[in-house]
Amino acid sequence: MAFDKNNILEEVTGKEYAFGFTTPIDTDKAPPGLNEDIIRLISAKKEEPAWLLEWRLEALRIWQNMQAPAWAHLQYREPDFQAISYYAAPKQKPALNSLDELDPELRRTMDKLGISLDEQKRLHGRAVDFVMDSVSVATSFKAKLAELGIIFCSMSEAIREHPALVRKYLGTVVPRTDNFYAALNSAVFTDGSFCYIPKGVKCPMELSTYFRINAGGTGQFERTLVVADEGSYVSYLEGCTAPQRDENQLHAAVVELVALDEAEIKYSTVQNWYPGDKDGKGGVFNFVTKRGLCAGYKSKISWTQVETGSAITWKYPSCILKGDYSTGEFYSVAVTNHMQQADTGTKMIHLGKHTTSTIISKGISSGRSQNSYRGLVQINRNAAHARNFSQCDSLLMTDRCGAHTFPYIEVKNTTSKVEHEATTSKIGEDQIFYCLQRGLDEEQAISLIVNGYAKEVLNKLPMEFAVEAQKLLAISLEGSVG
Amino acid sequence: MLSIKNLHASIEGKEILRGLSLEIGPGEVHAIMGPNGSGKSTLASVLAGREDYEVTDGTITLSKEGEAPIDLLSLAPEERSREGLFLAFQYPVEIPGVSNLNFLKAALAEQRKHRGLDPLTAREFLNLVNEKSRLVELDGQLANRAVNEGFSGGEKKRNEIFQMAMLEPRLAILDETDSGLDIDALRIVASGVNALRSKDRSFVVITHYQRLLEYIVPDFVHVLYKGRIVKSGGRELALELEAKGYDWIREENQPASV
Ligand SMILES: Nc1ncnc2c1ncn2[C@@H]1O[C@H](COP(=O)(O)OP(=O)(O)O)[C@@H](O)[C@H]1O
Ligand SMILES: [Mg+2]
Repeated sequence: MAFDKNNILEEVTGKEYAFGFTTPIDTDKAPPGLNEDIIRLISAKKEEPAWLLEWRLEALRIWQNMQAPAWAHLQYREPDFQAISYYAAPKQKPALNSLDELDPELRRTMDKLGISLDEQKRLHGRAVDFVMDSVSVATSFKAKLAELGIIFCSMSEAIREHPALVRKYLGTVVPRTDNFYAALNSAVFTDGSFCYIPKGVKCPMELSTYFRINAGGTGQFERTLVVADEGSYVSYLEGCTAPQRDENQLHAAVVELVALDEAEIKYSTVQNWYPGDKDGKGGVFNFVTKRGLCAGYKSKISWTQVETGSAITWKYPSCILKGDYSTGEFYSVAVTNHMQQADTGTKMIHLGKHTTSTIISKGISSGRSQNSYRGLVQINRNAAHARNFSQCDSLLMTDRCGAHTFPYIEVKNTTSKVEHEATTSKIGEDQIFYCLQRGLDEEQAISLIVNGYAKEVLNKLPMEFAVEAQKLLAISLEGSVG
Repeated sequence: MLSIKNLHASIEGKEILRGLSLEIGPGEVHAIMGPNGSGKSTLASVLAGREDYEVTDGTITLSKEGEAPIDLLSLAPEERSREGLFLAFQYPVEIPGVSNLNFLKAALAEQRKHRGLDPLTAREFLNLVNEKSRLVELDGQLANRAVNEGFSGGEKKRNEIFQMAMLEPRLAILDETDSGLDIDALRIVASGVNALRSKDRSFVVITHYQRLLEYIVPDFVHVLYKGRIVKSGGRELALELEAKGYDWIREENQPASV
């Protein structure tokens, strides 16, 4: 029997990453390297206003004086930032009048990813923005959203069409000085999504962006900004894949969310960047800064993430709870297999009175991977009656993987209440045997047990995304017990 | 139906079953009794295919009229299950977050696939759940909760019998299903089992106490001692054990007297 298990392990570890294709379309790519000229080139290509060019150049100067963070529980060779090309755009007509004008190869790519825009339109009523390499190539449903005053478009378009809004909020939640990768992104970001929900509007459909790195030798540096004005609501989804390449590709995104009085933003991510092969060759380095500002009274920001991809994940979607009675939530499932490393978690910064935050983190480690939860709960002096509840669970699938929890708690107000629970368990041979005895095979057993374990988080995802995420969990962990 | 010949099995190098033989015919109910540690649960685990146990000698054959006999030891645990072997666990495990019904639905679909049948429709499945949960008076609520999570001891055992009723095995092994049950729960479980008795379904009822056998009346009673069946008889053997305890078995089986 022990033999069989190894066979299954062999078989599925040999399994190829399903999204590892490349799309043979012409790319307009800048020469590798990072300097003022490149920044000027990007800004010129995008026909940006002078203030933005200045903003970028300042970010570059800040970045040049910073060091890559070394505190995470991660081991890797720092990327050579001068070997990366900072601009790669699919070559095609600059403006599309309709989706039908899309490059047929691009269309095929989307179909392979299961995000045919037509399908999306017909079946789900979900608005999709598709970002390949660094440029947003298609946004659906725009007209319908515009009727409600909702702006949902690529960042480049927002800079052209809604410069005042962009200028007002860009860099207010994640300043250029925030960290090494945020500074880098501020200097070189090429596109991303922008979303504005006007006062009192409940966005009637999920807004989603699919990110894909396609070209080789490039990085992806997208910038997302979501602003929910007073009393509005939006649910935003983000999905990511990348081709299979032997080199490590860098992804350094910044996501900023702003929720004004009584506004709510629900931000969900299913991250499936290429994780590298089973010996740790290749894979995406995912260094992402995501932060939400609950600026207003009773505002709410909720992050839900299912992280299965990337060779390295460095990511802490956070909430600054500034408005009184505001709420921050973080629900996370992070899976690591083979040689993957993840250092992920959240920061909940309580500034306002009666602010509440909830953290539910479920780590699943397999193979020889390393999976760390790192979280900060900070209750500031004026945050009277603030409350936090954190629960961090780790599930180990093998004896060779690692799970680590680094909770930091800083409380400066005595009327607050902070609760932290943590558990670590090994997937039960007894549980698996129980399933086998009822006729399920080992893969099904693991899938059931793991999805049960992660259920609290998966339940927070929009329905169709949840189904996708469940499948992804099963695929990421096939045959991984040992 | 099931033929066990000269079975030797060990765990971590320690031999637990030492030449056990047992023949079970279709529709028969066999009770296996014996003092703690004699190897009853080990037998159940070996039959179900738990991989911690190493079978060092002997054969186990599963047969059905009109079909070629199956070498049980060559099958993986899930294949044994699909061939109709069911184990009601002495200690059923909890699977947090997995609904009892989804679990059973997936299991039943696998069993049916093996028999060349399509999965039941949602309606058919729910009808079956209603019918079978009534057998063991299992509250509808329990069926909807996560597998065994937060169930009382009695509820877990009833859930095992409910699952058995759903999967309709041809050989059911009940490992101390009576332990930890009060008299009412015991009656419910026993009547559930009795309702499932049929001419082509056999039972191995492992128990420490003869009390259960007042409700589930066995055709044969065996005494397992130090990894071997040392005595077999009819229902009266259980009564004798109840009256005299296990000491006389121990004495009869002193190494010196063998
Ligand atoms: N995992 C194990 N490792 C070592 N010995 C075990 C293990 N499981 C059971 N045993 C031993 O096997 C013997 C039989 O146990 P078991 O089959 O559970 O007996 P019963 O069910 O009749 O009470 C006992 O001596 C027990 O200590
Ligand atoms: Mg036992």
